[in-house]
Amino acid sequence: MSDVLLREIVAGYEGSEDVLSGITMTIPHGDLAAILGPSGSGKSTLLRVIAGLVRPRAGAVMLGGRAVSGPRVHVPTEKRRIGLVPQDAALFPHLSVRANVAFGLPRTERNSARVAQMLDLVDMSDFADRSPGELSGGQRHRVALARALAPDPDVVLLDEPFSALDASLRTEIRAHVRRVLRYAGATAILVTHDQDEALSIADQVAVVNNGRLMQVGTPAELYTEPASRWVAQFVGGAIVLAGRWNGKAVECPLGTVPARVHGTETPAKGAAVDVVLRPEQMALHPRGKRAPTGVTALVRDVEYFGHDCLVTLDLPGHPEPVQSRVLGNQQWARDSEVVVTVTSEGIAFT
Amino acid sequence: MLRSATHTEDAEYTFGSHRATRRPVSHYVLALGALFAAALAAIPLVYLLVRVSAANPTVVSELVARGRTLELLFNTVGLVVSVAAASLVIGVTIAWLVTRSDLAGRRAWLVISSLPLAIPSYVAAFGWVATTPLRGFWGAWLVLTVCNIPLVTLPTVAALRQSNSGAEDVARTLGKSRIAAFMAATWPQVRPAALAGTLLVSLYVLSDFGAVALMRFDAFTWAIHTAYSSLFDRTLAATLSVLLAVLGIALVYAERRARGAHTRFGSTVTTRTPVVPTPLGRGAILAHTGLASIAVLSLGVPLATLVRYLGLRVEGAIAVTAADLAADLGATVMLAGAGAAIALTLSFPIGLFAARVGGALARLAESVSYLGLALPGIVVGLALVFFSLAVVPALYQTGLMLAFAYGILFLPKALGAVRSSIEQVEPGLEDVGRTLGETQWGVWRRVTARIAWPGIGAGALLVALTAMKELPATLLLRPTGTDTLATSLWRLTEASAYSAAAPYAVLLIVAATIPTLLLTREAMAHTAPRKGARL
Repeated sequence: MSDVLLREIVAGYEGSEDVLSGITMTIPHGDLAAILGPSGSGKSTLLRVIAGLVRPRAGAVMLGGRAVSGPRVHVPTEKRRIGLVPQDAALFPHLSVRANVAFGLPRTERNSARVAQMLDLVDMSDFADRSPGELSGGQRHRVALARALAPDPDVVLLDEPFSALDASLRTEIRAHVRRVLRYAGATAILVTHDQDEALSIADQVAVVNNGRLMQVGTPAELYTEPASRWVAQFVGGAIVLAGRWNGKAVECPLGTVPARVHGTETPAKGAAVDVVLRPEQMALHPRGKRAPTGVTALVRDVEYFGHDCLVTLDLPGHPEPVQSRVLGNQQWARDSEVVVTVTSEGIAFT
Repeated sequence: MLRSATHTEDAEYTFGSHRATRRPVSHYVLALGALFAAALAAIPLVYLLVRVSAANPTVVSELVARGRTLELLFNTVGLVVSVAAASLVIGVTIAWLVTRSDLAGRRAWLVISSLPLAIPSYVAAFGWVATTPLRGFWGAWLVLTVCNIPLVTLPTVAALRQSNSGAEDVARTLGKSRIAAFMAATWPQVRPAALAGTLLVSLYVLSDFGAVALMRFDAFTWAIHTAYSSLFDRTLAATLSVLLAVLGIALVYAERRARGAHTRFGSTVTTRTPVVPTPLGRGAILAHTGLASIAVLSLGVPLATLVRYLGLRVEGAIAVTAADLAADLGATVMLAGAGAAIALTLSFPIGLFAARVGGALARLAESVSYLGLALPGIVVGLALVFFSLAVVPALYQTGLMLAFAYGILFLPKALGAVRSSIEQVEPGLEDVGRTLGETQWGVWRRVTARIAWPGIGAGALLVALTAMKELPATLLLRPTGTDTLATSLWRLTEASAYSAAAPYAVLLIVAATIPTLLLTREAMAHTAPRKGARL
């Protein structure tokens, strides 16, 4: 089996402080895991540790039950049976598409059906004799994926593979890559700073910040049960409002917001807590007689996306503007007053 | 994907203490190779010092302190300073004219003013000596200045194109005159490039042998040659060589510093406003006249001499047959090719080490390799004569020793090409190659070397073409009975057989034209409008 096990990984570059300070996680065979973090969080270093391009200062890496990095072991990159798809695709510019895909195969197999099969898998059979310079960005990524998969690796590592692509292309290539990885049955680890990407593509997401693991879970767990305020804000852009716990709900600038408590410790009545809400948990209503009870806020700005729109609001008693995500069929004018209600329960952090 | 043989396979992996600073074995091998190459490049300097320290110390100190040495020092330094100053003023003026003024035919003038690079200084000197009575300091000054101006012009043109003309416009609006605005706003941006070019001119003048010797000007290089070949005073020759080497090393150090400042400066310029050419008005006539005069002095006189002597058949003079010419050309190409191969072999480990590993050791190896730039050809030639006589007599006056001298002299050129070509290969490509199951050496062979090859090949060609023109080291080291184009030209000019020398001069100019065109094309490339084509 090609599980990936990381135990207490500490790593850094020569002459620098630790970039990773103790990361432990397991990625089951066949899963697609995303490592999500802001830039500088150490997520790419983690990928380089798994690839064997950076040797950890402490901790161990096991690939498919085999220790590849550890106190007394360091298996060189080329013997780890991994595939790498870098951010810029990094196709070998002096080789044709076909030769790029054949690069990792043993000499005897370079002319075999394997190359054609891989090109077929990524729909690039018609481009086999092109040079990488003649391909578009999305095509290069497909070739890079075929090249990584050709030697049948145990694990495929994808380093921000879609960030250089246009937004329209990104979704398409992302879905394609996911299909191909499923088909190939490879365990895959994707590094990204884009939370939409991580949530939409991965079976499992690991959130990393400052070289530490903040939370691991399925995309749904991460979104509905964030482990901390920071994770809540980083994944899905949460609103954090300070308030007081009244036993069932939080008294805050949005009124009395029903909430469940994060963790096991129940706060005392009247204790200061933060309530975390998602932008889509706030509904907007026009002012007037028929408006439900809620807090009146001022519309500061409206960003319209078609399918939905993001309304930036000034709440009385809250210093920073908050954002509400509503369906695109609603129209809100800037500088108008609206009534805000909360549609479902929030999470209270003590 | 189950691996049953896990335990036995582990045996071949590196075991050992677990520290983050561990480097792969390939890096150690590379470091050893780079240091070995650097050690070979250091042979001339080291052996020169060995030779001088083996001599009687009182004799050496007397040689250093006597009036004649001071006179040589005065002559050489005087020539270096006056040529450098003239090249700086004229070079910057030409660069400004072809980039910032409305002078007609600016592109043509840029090409014409870089062409003197294609005329080796001793060929230009031959042109003047054969037709005019000009000799001595002013002869050497004139020939070296007109030959070396492009070394200032080209980098200054590049820097002017990169510089931000907006600052100069602002200075004008703040009430500065045109010249004052240039000095206040643009000159500081261009100065590092112009100074680096000027220091390169100084270095070439310091190491020039052919022009000063043909002009009978008493400079260090000529005195060393005379001390060795006519006076047979080896201690004197070695002592003078050490003094010259010290001057050369100081100049290279200054040049590296200036160049570093240049790159730092260039990167800070972010915005570029289109340049509005400065109208010259009546000054245009003056500018055309000036540029034309320099073209006549640098290109016209040598070429006219060649044409005149090629057509001239003097009765009873030494005649040159096509067979002689072909034999010399063959020897030149062979020796220069071998020199380029040696330069490339030495530069490969150093370049790979510097580009991919770096660190203090890499910097040391790189610095040592720059000795080739700092040591004049005559010094390297002499040092290798001493070295081969004392250490490997079997190699004395063999083609191999001469090729080795070329290898050391032109190592900096080869290293520059190797290093920049390797740095163009993204390290990410090597990472991908490693993950695809290829070893570090395999990746260097299958990916890095393959991509870097065209740049390295062009570098090797440049080295070979430069080595074909080399004169002073060739005179000292060439195998008995072998002549190269340069030494034949030298021999025939010394014998005043100008019409016999002319065909050699033509071949040498042809050999030097190719690298000049490459350099000029590089400078011109920046003028081409940038197309908005993106992939």
